Amino acid sequence: MSLLEVSHASKHFGSLVAVRDVSLKVAKGELRAIIGPNGAGKTTFFNLISGFFPPTTGTVSFDGEDVTGLSVARRVTRGMARTFQITEIFPELTVFENLRVGAEVAAGYRLRPWIGKNAIAAVKRSVDEILDLTRLSAKATRLVGELAHGDQRAAEIAMALTLKPRLLLLDEPTAGMGEQETYEITQMVRRLHREKSFTIVLIEHDMRVVFHLADRITVLDQGALLAEGTPPEIAANEAVQAAYLGKAA
Amino acid sequence: MSAEQGRKLAIIAALWAALILAPLWMPLVGGYTALGTRVLVLGLAAMSVNFLLGFTGVLSFGHAAWFGLGAYGCGLLLKFVALSTPLGILAGTLLGGILGGLLGALIVRRRGVYFAMVTIAFGQVFYYIAFQWSSLTGGDDGLRPFYRQPLHLGFTTIDILQNSTAFYYFVLFCFAGAAAAMAFILRSPFGRTMIAIRENERRARFLGIPIELHIWIAFTLSCFFMAFAGSLYALVNNFADPRGLHYSQSGDFVMMAVMGGMRNFWGPLLGAVVFVVLQDYVSSITINWQIYIGLLFVLVVLFFPRGLLGFIQQRRRA
Repeated sequence: MSLLEVSHASKHFGSLVAVRDVSLKVAKGELRAIIGPNGAGKTTFFNLISGFFPPTTGTVSFDGEDVTGLSVARRVTRGMARTFQITEIFPELTVFENLRVGAEVAAGYRLRPWIGKNAIAAVKRSVDEILDLTRLSAKATRLVGELAHGDQRAAEIAMALTLKPRLLLLDEPTAGMGEQETYEITQMVRRLHREKSFTIVLIEHDMRVVFHLADRITVLDQGALLAEGTPPEIAANEAVQAAYLGKAA
Repeated sequence: MSAEQGRKLAIIAALWAALILAPLWMPLVGGYTALGTRVLVLGLAAMSVNFLLGFTGVLSFGHAAWFGLGAYGCGLLLKFVALSTPLGILAGTLLGGILGGLLGALIVRRRGVYFAMVTIAFGQVFYYIAFQWSSLTGGDDGLRPFYRQPLHLGFTTIDILQNSTAFYYFVLFCFAGAAAAMAFILRSPFGRTMIAIRENERRARFLGIPIELHIWIAFTLSCFFMAFAGSLYALVNNFADPRGLHYSQSGDFVMMAVMGGMRNFWGPLLGAVVFVVLQDYVSSITINWQIYIGLLFVLVVLFFPRGLLGFIQQRRRA
């Protein structure tokens, strides 16, 4: 059964139709890339899935449950976590403190006025584990706002991981990165997928990254679904080539 | 223990030593004990505003309402119901805290300047109620007469009405309890979600924190602390008046917090020291004392945007 199922989702902003009747099924353990030219509605589509705003029409199901009307917090509880195209972190806290917020929420402590020694140690262990997984251990005590761009992006993914998500939504994880940083993030996403079996949906502009990582690719154009398939299928698809190179081509 | 932790501990120890010994050293620098009591109460109020402003990133510009309600709650109980200082404080704290929590539920969906505007509006509602309901509140003349009552501890009785030093220590005891409670909350998982919301609301939301609920809890806690400070203020003056609810009073508290340093737990206390001392000295020279406080405020905001305490810390680190 598919973990994520979006069915006939549309989003209107006044007279603008940002997403038009898009359906999508993502299987457990899959890595799905969403691509498309600028303004194709990729981020809007992400926002519908993660609950940033509700779709105008259509439904979103997660693990068989209709989550269309659920708040962000409830979706997170059910196992959805996301990152943003423009890095969203807690700049004046250390990397460790950034991750601890997520770990404490995941452990159900967010309203607690007090937690015991064992709970503190358990939270620290789970944060350390993710710092290790994302290769940020050496920077744990640095203020995250002072890190290099690539490390900030990695920290944001790490924060999402503290929630122990069953579905990881990554909005352009390599946005604004140089060659080396792009390579490192790509390797990290690959590790999460291959070794830790995370189900991942990502938006990406860098085609090398997409074709390197994705099991399947969904192509959006002008808010609508243009094509879906394996990387070789998408590479050979004429409609996709036309959308990317311009209609005249 | 790291060097920084050691230094922090030393500073906090020095702060408490200065507060505990205040009745001894204040007369030597030309102060008097009642001035210290005022600093503690207004400092606690400014810290309560900052609990929300500095640690949740939410600016309430009507917090004097809960301060004033605390004062009226305390005064009304002492005047009409029972001659007991602790019961007065309890009544004031509950009145301001509960009303703050109820109205807070209506306004936590607003953000930024809209939130500030709505808090001003609610604050002014209570100001006009206190102003107009003369039969209960004494209207513009204020609520009187009522007096703080001796504390009966079973084995002894402490006269806090006549003995200003005893009263100072009573207020210091209350201040310490409230400050400890605030510090405790801020170091808890819940407190860390407050700071997360301050740092980045969108990130906090997508970490699964229901933002409105957490802001409402922080707001309500802040109202309780504020009302607690207000109850003490009624005891300081044996008096409560509508100006304690006015938005200009809210502005004074925000000014103390910002001037002292709103990212710092003790910043607002320093702001209150500067505010109260300036008010005391400058107002004996000119009735236009507020110009000088305003001038200082502008200078601090322009040149030390992190407040006086933030500036001192930065200097030390550099």
